[in-house]
Amino acid sequence: MSATTSDTADERFLRLPSPLRRLLSRPELGSVVGAIAVFCCFALVADSFLRASSLGTVLYASSVIGIMAVPVALLMIGGEFDLSAGVLVTSSALVSSMFSYQATANVWVGVGVSLLVTLAVGAFNGIMLARTRLPSFIVTLGTFLMLTGMNLGFTKLISGTVSTKTVADMEGFTSARALFASTVTVGGMHIKVTVLWWLALVAVGSWILLRTRAGNWIFAVGGNEQAARAVGVPVTRTKTVLYMGVALGAWICGQHLLFSYDVVQSGEGVGNELIYIIAAVIGGCLITGGHGSAAGSAVGALIFGMTSKGIVFAEWNPDWFKFFLGAMLLLATLLNTWVRRRAEASK
Amino acid sequence: MARISTWVGIALAGALTLSLAGCSSTGGKRAEDARAAAAAEGKAAVNTPRWTFAMITHAGDGDTFWDIVQSGAKQAAVKDNIRFLYSHDDEGQQQAQLVDAAVDKKVDGIIVTLAKPDAVKASLARAREAGIPVVTVNSGSAESKEFGALTHIGQDETVAGEAVGEELNGRGREKALCVLHEQGNVGHEQRCDGVAKTFDGTLVRLHVNGTSMPDVQSAIEARLQSDPGLDAVVTLGAPYADTAVKAREGAGSDAEIDTFDLNAKVAAGLEDGSLGFAVDQQPYLQGYQAVDLLWLYRYNADVLGGGRPVLTGPQIVTGDDAAELREYTRRGTR
Repeated sequence: MSATTSDTADERFLRLPSPLRRLLSRPELGSVVGAIAVFCCFALVADSFLRASSLGTVLYASSVIGIMAVPVALLMIGGEFDLSAGVLVTSSALVSSMFSYQATANVWVGVGVSLLVTLAVGAFNGIMLARTRLPSFIVTLGTFLMLTGMNLGFTKLISGTVSTKTVADMEGFTSARALFASTVTVGGMHIKVTVLWWLALVAVGSWILLRTRAGNWIFAVGGNEQAARAVGVPVTRTKTVLYMGVALGAWICGQHLLFSYDVVQSGEGVGNELIYIIAAVIGGCLITGGHGSAAGSAVGALIFGMTSKGIVFAEWNPDWFKFFLGAMLLLATLLNTWVRRRAEASK
Repeated sequence: MARISTWVGIALAGALTLSLAGCSSTGGKRAEDARAAAAAEGKAAVNTPRWTFAMITHAGDGDTFWDIVQSGAKQAAVKDNIRFLYSHDDEGQQQAQLVDAAVDKKVDGIIVTLAKPDAVKASLARAREAGIPVVTVNSGSAESKEFGALTHIGQDETVAGEAVGEELNGRGREKALCVLHEQGNVGHEQRCDGVAKTFDGTLVRLHVNGTSMPDVQSAIEARLQSDPGLDAVVTLGAPYADTAVKAREGAGSDAEIDTFDLNAKVAAGLEDGSLGFAVDQQPYLQGYQAVDLLWLYRYNADVLGGGRPVLTGPQIVTGDDAAELREYTRRGTR
């Protein structure tokens, strides 16, 4: 920041020790305050919310959103959207399941093929974006619709029904389930392996953003694409890799779906892309790009998980479920924005 | 471009090597092929003219239930020498337009579902004017006759719910959870209402997001954790039963899981005891009967039901029936 801002800075703020000052300028600060508010709210109204087993359930619900919210947040910091992310999760699970089944192969073969196919869809999004120069909203909306149709069309064509056949009796299933859908019990708390995947992704995402050259590139292309290009940032490559990152998240989520339910419904996943974007936005990502964090997206996912399950724990009237959910989300985001403005104003 | 094609080549080669390297000796397509020694494609059993029947449902994309309805209708169409057209849309207005299109095509018979009766009403009046016989299936037993349909074939959702309530009483359950996976679906509300009507215990409702299985699972899990008094969970669709079983494990509850509708996993669950019972409305029969009745009407002016709905359910299915049903659910006809 230039000298003019420090001239107008609050005297009291300047007297604060510098770690605290750094903390107040973090993008995820607002969402952390929001998360604490949501947590306290449900801890007060729902007695079963604070039990270890309940918190395990909340963490699981948050993790399946969070795994996707990390790469989606990175992509949004890079200035782009991905509307195909929700359906891609289902596609990834379908490819994995149907390839193993039709080829009567070890399920790990399907898992590998699915990774290649899913990454290819991510690369397709990135390359289309670069080649056509259309907004990402249009490109990924096209991918979203095509994937939705292909999920149904191919599944029906290959399995004859709209859901896949079970792969639970095939070789490799047990080890694949251990990696993608197992549960660890720590002190009465059942922790799904997706929570570990989630934490790992947040760590990797934060490291990339804050400690690598690629991280600088992501902020640069999201902040000002022309300027970034002018100083030699490989814009196309950065964005393509970001889309492939989303695809990687979709692959992990998809394999979790497959190995935890062993049958995949081909119509699933529609609408979830918005949830991932919401989690990233609550976590402090700007819709216009250039600002945000991986840790923030995790807090956003946690707010979403706590709200959606807290309503159940609190046993509120189900007819109003969506209303409560919407109101809570709006409040959390408002609080988040307010805290951020305060922090920025006092900078 | 050259670089992309290299990558595609590497990917394909990798996929090929992987699939050659790791074959599964259990399960999979080969096992299925071995099981079903190619069920012979049926031939028409009659020599009536090749009439065209159109079926228009309110199914959403990728719904297992409607897949079974369709396979029943197709089977009957083959036998009756019928050209069978199927279309669907979950928006009432769109469904009505599909009915209009069938009327414009001058088909010889229409099969329609009345999940949103008012939307389709005008289109059915057009069909009547054009002299096209209509059979309603699945939902709409109350409106069917009024809209001029020959017959209604389906399950009364309230009656089905009542059967579940009685079955729960018989099993000594005291507090049950009714899991609705589509908010605002009238049929789903009727099912839960029916259960509440005959069930002597308490019935609580839970709305879940049906398009996301992890969400369904964690919501049921959360509910079971918050209320240990729940000793039964009733899901309204077969795919959700298995998810409820997982939620029960996660919550460490010993509630009984029961469900509406059948599929292969439900049959397996009934057999191994992880599910209590399923209430089946026999979707295959709904499709099959609809086509067959239209054929009978065309050929012989026969009508079934005497102005009242012909019920295809509820049929309560338990572990005792499961072994027999497993094969049928696997091939997608139950």
